[in-house]
Amino acid sequence: MHERANRPGPWQTALVSNVIDETYRAKTLTLELPAWRPFIAGQHFDVRLTAPDGFQAQRSYSIASPPERTGAIDITVELIPEGEVSPFFHEIVRPGDRLEVRGPIGGPFTWNSNMGGPLLLLAAGSGIVPIMSILRHRAIAARRVRATLLYSSRSMHDVIYRAELDDMDASDPNAAIWHTLTRSPPDGWKGYSRRIDETMLEEVTRDLDDRGWTYVCGPASFVELTANILVDAGRRPESIRTERFGPTGR
Amino acid sequence: MLTRGFFGRKRPQPHRPLPPGQYLENGFPVLSAGPTPRVDLDKWTFAIENQGARLAAWTWQEFLALPQTAITTDIHCVTKWSKLDTEWKGVTIDTLLQAAGMESRDGYVMAFCDGGYTTNLPLKDLIDGKAMVAHQYDGAPLRPEHGGPARLLVPHLYFWKSAKWVRGIRLMHADAPGFWEAYGYHMYGDPWKEQRYSYD
Repeated sequence: MHERANRPGPWQTALVSNVIDETYRAKTLTLELPAWRPFIAGQHFDVRLTAPDGFQAQRSYSIASPPERTGAIDITVELIPEGEVSPFFHEIVRPGDRLEVRGPIGGPFTWNSNMGGPLLLLAAGSGIVPIMSILRHRAIAARRVRATLLYSSRSMHDVIYRAELDDMDASDPNAAIWHTLTRSPPDGWKGYSRRIDETMLEEVTRDLDDRGWTYVCGPASFVELTANILVDAGRRPESIRTERFGPTGR
Repeated sequence: MLTRGFFGRKRPQPHRPLPPGQYLENGFPVLSAGPTPRVDLDKWTFAIENQGARLAAWTWQEFLALPQTAITTDIHCVTKWSKLDTEWKGVTIDTLLQAAGMESRDGYVMAFCDGGYTTNLPLKDLIDGKAMVAHQYDGAPLRPEHGGPARLLVPHLYFWKSAKWVRGIRLMHADAPGFWEAYGYHMYGDPWKEQRYSYD
C-alpha cells in the first residue's frame, strides 16, 4: 500500500509522440515522459492545460498502457462535446505537442499480477481505459489468471480497443470478453443489448470463482447500480473496487 | 507552460474565485473506492474514542436530538470539481466535544467509517464551527452514495477529508495517514494551497 509506485511525481513536460483514433469519440495519446516512474495498472495521470490569459484547466486521465512499458504511457480521452478540455484533445493536439502532466496517481483501483485472481472486470464507456491497463498487464504478466470482462457500450462504434479485445477473447483461453450494447445493436447481434443487470452478471460469472477481485469503472450511476447488484449477489464488498466519474444530477 | 492551441472555453463564471486548478460543477459527482455500504440505523452510533476507550457515543436517535446546525458552504474535491453554496444540516464537532465533556483541542483525529474508510485531520480543523457531522443535504436526508446516513463535513479542506459514512473519530497524539493519505494524497489538503498530493 505504501509502494513508491503509488506516489505521484512532480509536474513534468511530456511529449505527445502519437495520437490515434480509437472510435469516433475516443482518442489515444502516447505521452513520452522524461521522468517516467513505475505505476500500477489502474492508476491515472493529471494533465494541466494553460491558456494565454493564464486560465488553467486540470483533468485526470486513466493510463491505458501496461506498466511493463517504460518511458511512455498511453491515455485515452473521450470526447465530451460540451466539455471544457476534451475538445482540445480531439481537435487540437497533434504529435510533437508538449503537455504538462503529473502522476502516477491513484489508490485501490489498481491490480498487480501478484494479487492473483480471478478478475471480474465491469466497464461502461470510457471506464474501459484503466481496465484495459489491467488486462494488458495480465496478458503480459499473468496469463494463468482468469479474467472476465463485461463491457457496456452504446453501440459497436463506441467500443474502444475493440480489435485488441476480440483478439484477446479469441486467443487467450483464460480471458472472456463480453459486450453489451445499450442503444443500437447491429443486425444479427447475438450479444447482450441492454444495461447490465443481475441476470447478465450471473450469466457471465457462472464459471468464475467469486473469491477473486472485482473492478467496476464507468459513470457513477452504472458503478453504483453494478456494485449494489454484486453485493446483493453475495460478493464481498472488500473485494470490489470502484472508480466513478461524472455527476449524478445532484 | 503555455499549451499550444488551448484557449479554454466559454464557461459558467463562478460568482467567487475557486481554488487553483478547480472548475465549477453544478452536479454532485460521486467518488468512492468501493461499493456504497449498507448502514443499519438501529445499529448506527457515532463515537469519540481515545486509546481504544470510548469517551462518548450517540445512537442515531440521540445524535438527531443534539442541537442541529445548518450551513451553506462551498466544497472542493481533489478530482478538480468545486460546488458552490451547498446546504447542509448536522451536528457540529464543537457540540459533540462539548457533550462528551472534552476539553483538549490539541492533537489529531482519525475519522473512521462504515466500509473501512479513514481520514486524518488536526483537531483544531474540526472545532470553532469549522466542521460537522452532516445528515442532511439540500433539505433532504443525505443519500447513501453521498455518504448517508451521515458524513463528516470539513469544507475548508479537500472533500476526501469529509469522510462519507462516518462512525466516529479517534483521537491521536501524532498525525498518521488515513486511507487516501497512505496512497500519496496530502496529509492536510488545503485546496487554496493546492495541497493535493504528499509533497505539494
